Amino acid sequence: MPLSIRADENQIARARRAAAAVTGEVQGFINRHSTVSIERTVARFFGVDGADGDGVPYPNLVVDNLSRSGRLGDGLALPLARAMAYHGLSAQEVAEAVARGAIDLAKVPARADDAGRQTAAALAAEAAGRVQARRAERDRLLRELPPGPPPLLYVIVATGNIHEDAVQAQAAARQGADIVAVIRTTGQSLLDYVPYGVVTGGFGGTYATQEHFRIMRAALDETGSKLGRYIRLVNYCSGLCMPEIAAMGALERLDMMLNDAMYGILFRDINMRRTFVDQFFSRVINAYAGIVINTGEDNYMTTSDPVKHGHTVLASQFINEQFALRCGLTPVQIGLGHVFAMDPSLEDGLLLDIAQAALTRAVFPGCTLKYMPQTRHKTGDIFHSYLIDGLHNLVSVLTGQDVVLLGMMTEAIHTPHLQDRFLAIENARHTANTARHLGEELILQADGRIQARAAEVLAGAVEMLGHVARVGLMQAVEDGLFAGIRRARDGGKGLEGVFERGPGYFNPLLDRMLAANREACEAAGGCLGDAGEGERP
Amino acid sequence: MSKSDPAREHFTEALAVREGADGVHGRPREERPAPAAPGPWPPPGTPVRPYGDTRDDGSVQLSFTLPVQAGPLAVEAARQLAVKMGLEVPKVAAHRDLGEGFTMFVVYGRTAHSVDLAAVEVPRPRFRVLGFDELNRYIRERIGRRLVVVGACTGTDAHTIGLDAIMNIKGYAGHHGLEGYPEFDAHNLGSQVANEALVARAMDLEADAILVSQVVTEKDIHIPNLTRLVDMLEAEGFRDDVVLICGGPRISHELAVELGYDAGFGPGTLPPEVASFIAQEVVRRGLVQ
Repeated sequence: MPLSIRADENQIARARRAAAAVTGEVQGFINRHSTVSIERTVARFFGVDGADGDGVPYPNLVVDNLSRSGRLGDGLALPLARAMAYHGLSAQEVAEAVARGAIDLAKVPARADDAGRQTAAALAAEAAGRVQARRAERDRLLRELPPGPPPLLYVIVATGNIHEDAVQAQAAARQGADIVAVIRTTGQSLLDYVPYGVVTGGFGGTYATQEHFRIMRAALDETGSKLGRYIRLVNYCSGLCMPEIAAMGALERLDMMLNDAMYGILFRDINMRRTFVDQFFSRVINAYAGIVINTGEDNYMTTSDPVKHGHTVLASQFINEQFALRCGLTPVQIGLGHVFAMDPSLEDGLLLDIAQAALTRAVFPGCTLKYMPQTRHKTGDIFHSYLIDGLHNLVSVLTGQDVVLLGMMTEAIHTPHLQDRFLAIENARHTANTARHLGEELILQADGRIQARAAEVLAGAVEMLGHVARVGLMQAVEDGLFAGIRRARDGGKGLEGVFERGPGYFNPLLDRMLAANREACEAAGGCLGDAGEGERP
Repeated sequence: MSKSDPAREHFTEALAVREGADGVHGRPREERPAPAAPGPWPPPGTPVRPYGDTRDDGSVQLSFTLPVQAGPLAVEAARQLAVKMGLEVPKVAAHRDLGEGFTMFVVYGRTAHSVDLAAVEVPRPRFRVLGFDELNRYIRERIGRRLVVVGACTGTDAHTIGLDAIMNIKGYAGHHGLEGYPEFDAHNLGSQVANEALVARAMDLEADAILVSQVVTEKDIHIPNLTRLVDMLEAEGFRDDVVLICGGPRISHELAVELGYDAGFGPGTLPPEVASFIAQEVVRRGLVQ
């Protein structure tokens, strides 16, 4: 039982209604559009993989082929399946023929449509089956290799070389880590393709490729079975290839994905329309694969002041939650990120951190909360840093966080060394153990500082969401309401990859997975999800 | 280890020094008289050594990890390594099993080395830090127009925290960034800006100064990126017309100058420092017109 904090139910309900309206309006836009990355994801699920001699992935080549003739509006699924049926080839063989110039997807006779539709349906069913098999495998492993008591300890590896990452990840798991994230190389979010195979030479991180997912999955499965504790694997479902990475993660049994509805817009200057459309299909896939998404509100506090703008984090969490529910993610699959962010020199800063963490817990009781460590005020003084991380760990156990991303004493110096991770894990385990039931023992002063701060943050979020609902989310982002960063609706990278769906738009994977997600949601007691268009209040 | 092993000889010798150890903390008793009245230390020409709890005890703490299974062999290996690092009487205070055949150590020792401060030179940009009003007045009087500054995180770098601290009105540690100065016209281009785009924009705006922030320095990715910018500016014939500055947590002035920049600013730099440097450098180089 975490520390109990009072949060006004009426205010929470108002915030949720406003967030539902905010996302409903954007959902209308999403439902009328698709992107090149979404269509490449269809190609991947149909079995297109690999890259040509120049390193251009085949999924890009087939989508570009259809796009050049202006025929992408109805999606890739039917043209690709039609070519398969007509030529009697596999999806990969069609892709290679397209790359050679032997097949033009736009020129396959329409009389192959019926056979194409049948082929597409069969391929979608087969792909969905593969994803479900990986999901069932995870469920079984989690039963056989149960994790320890919460919070789950989350660490990162980031050597740039997947084989070195695997060694570090295995050591971290042995030391007590429950979740390992492979940090992505800087800049991959801006690539409009997913590199293929083993790609070393990342900077500050490692390329996300399907082969890398496979290597790390195998390494963690091996260590997990030795330890009798399932080790969760995380990667980045963000940037210009959100849905493709989701597909790769679903097929390679990743367990969590960094997958925020607005992070790319704000922090990577990716066009907002592209991101909103991409995040939808990516989250439908994550939901279907049983993956827990991690949102990135913690990042707001790297550019905004946490004392003044704590409510923007909460407001964004409401928005992320509503976007996620529309994709059929169940609350437990919605991992909301937030951060231990106060300036360490601020008097009573710890109280403000406790207020925000406890409030987040109270507002999202069913969600998976991911509590991020201080990074902004780390200076390279490892001793001070270790103390700050200890306090972060204390707040996380006190307020019942589900996942705690461990601060590293060497933050602001280098990507973690082996011993840094060991010391961070020891810090977290010590704190969690020594303060395990502290939250149950303490009662907050009803009119005290922590309660007052929580009320202030909640009221701020309600007001902000009301405003965003009035002006619309895209306008709010243009106005710099989130993280203090302004982004133009036609600015940023990747807008050219967004297109309006034609009257015959066909994406059997989206249809199939979304329907199944909705069904699962309802079976689980219903959720607020509605992919339909909403009205602005 | 044989008796003639140099490490052991060193060890034995070092032990001999400890004969007068106080037996409580195993700390060598210092022969030198305690310093007289506290005065400025060190007096010019005095070599300095690390201070643990006694002047010149040379006490050093360090920790590291060896790819060796935890156990007596690992501990002795760590101790010998510390001896080779030049530490006398190294003491492995703790060792921890990190798993997968790795052991971490916490080691204390005494370094025999010292540094003569008179011989130490610190490369740093030469300028005087001016206060907010003083600097604006300086620009009005000595330059007579607003200074145009363009800043960017270049290459794949997406970390704008340092750049924002210097450029944005919000600033850092209670000091406004360049945007907050009436006499600066600051353009923050943000993250992941290609060198080409930065050069084009700087020339377009006829910038007086260019600020480049580099945070991601894994495997020295920033070095070729920073060097390319200099090459491009030179190719465009614009290098001599502009004050070129780089900054970031791993940037030193020495490195910056080596790469062809006018100045480099490391962590903790305040906006008025960068602002003062730009204004004074523009005057010094005669870039007023």
